[in-house]
Formats: sequence, C-alpha cells, structure tokens
Amino acid sequence: MEKKLYNKLVMEHKPKEKRGQYAFIAFVVGGLMGVLGQLLVEFYSYYLGLSSSDASVFMIVTLIFLASLFTALGFFDKWVKFARCGLIIPITGFAHSMTSAAIEYKKEGFVTGLGANMFKLAGTVIIYGVVSAYIFGFLRLIIMGGA
Amino acid sequence: MIYIYSFLFAGAVCLIAELILDNTKLTPGHITSLFVIIGAALDIFDIYDLIVAHVGAGALVPITSFGHLLIHGGLVRASEVGYMGLAMGVFDLTASGITSAIFFAFIFSLFFRPKD
Repeated sequence: MEKKLYNKLVMEHKPKEKRGQYAFIAFVVGGLMGVLGQLLVEFYSYYLGLSSSDASVFMIVTLIFLASLFTALGFFDKWVKFARCGLIIPITGFAHSMTSAAIEYKKEGFVTGLGANMFKLAGTVIIYGVVSAYIFGFLRLIIMGGA
Repeated sequence: MIYIYSFLFAGAVCLIAELILDNTKLTPGHITSLFVIIGAALDIFDIYDLIVAHVGAGALVPITSFGHLLIHGGLVRASEVGYMGLAMGVFDLTASGITSAIFFAFIFSLFFRPKD
C-alpha cells in the first residue's frame, strides 16, 4: 500500500483527541490543587500555630497521604484518566506512581517485587532532581560565591 | 488574592504539561523529570523563591517545587559548611515528602489489592 494512502487511512480511523478540553480540565484541576494546598497551609498555620514553612511540609504530607489512600482504594486511576496532567504534575502524581507500583508488584514478592519496583516511575524524578540540583548548586556557588 | 494567584500558577504549570503531553511523544515520566529540572534551574538566581513568596502554596504543589526544594536545601547547607554541604543538604527539605510517600505506599500496599 502506498504510504500516502496508508497515512490517510490511519488519520481517518484515529480516535479524535479533544486536546482543548484536556488542556482546560488540566488547568482547572491543577489550579484547584494549588488552592487546596494554600487552604491546607492556612488551616495548619492557624489551628496548629505552625510557621508557614512547617505548615507547607504538613500540607505536602497531607496531599501525599490522600493521593496514596485514594490510589489504594482504586479511585485515583479514574481521576488521573480524567484530569491527566492536572493530577500528574502536582505532588499527588508522585505519590500515585509509588503507591500503584507498590500494589501492582506486591504479588512478585516483598523484596524482588515491591522493594525493587516501588521507585520504577518515581525514581526518574528523584534521580534527575538530585543531579540537576547538584549541578545547578555548584553553578550557583561558583557564580555568586555562596548561598 | 493569594488563592487566585495559587490557582493561576498551579493551573498554568499543569496546562503547559498537558500541552506538551498532547502535542509530543513524551510520556508523563519525561515531563515530570523535565519540570523538576526546570524547578531546580529557576533557583540558580532565586527566581523560584520569588514565585513562592508571591504565589504561596500554588507554587509548592506542582512537581517543579521538588527540584526547587532539593537545590534550596543543598544551598542552605553549603552556606554553613562550604561545597560539601551541597551533598549533605540536598534531601533536607524533601525528606518529609519522600519518607511519607515511601511509608504510605508500603503500608497501603499491605492492605489493598490491585483493582482491575
């Protein structure tokens, strides 16, 4: 079959992606996660009397707890399919990838399955984060001669 | 007002990620890695600190803040003990997030089965 004809047939049968809709949903859901984070920070700093940096640590732990819990209960995969980057890019995506990997690989054993595969998806974030933080940190120290 | 800024900033980061995901062949893993590197790069000249000061938690929720916290912890420690502090402090600020993510993932995986 000619390549042009083949490409035309592929284009016709390809499911039409609603890109504008996905982008809008990601914007709204991601924005709501930011608002939720701010609400939690103010809640913790008001009711527990924490400084704003401590309150933001509590907020991140709370979001990770909720994301892990809902992943374990099975809701979160559906929400991620709906909101896509709106839930993957916030810290919830990190917790979601770790919990789903842990649950999925548990059947292969606790060491060779769960232990070896928990960081399968989240590991890239930590590796590239640490490498880039180290390189950029050195650059900063060289350029500005101190923090 | 800070809620509106939080909404707009966190939403804009997710919007950019979604546009990259839809229009290129990159996977979510590529995009989160890229965003962490961007977050760390923005901290070379304290730009991300400036964003956090104005936007509040909206800048702490997206994964870009992970890179920011990694380099920030390293730099704080480096100002105390010199170059070696960079390696000592990289995980200082993110330790709580990583520890709790590992702990909750492990605990929940003990009690729940995969849903299919």
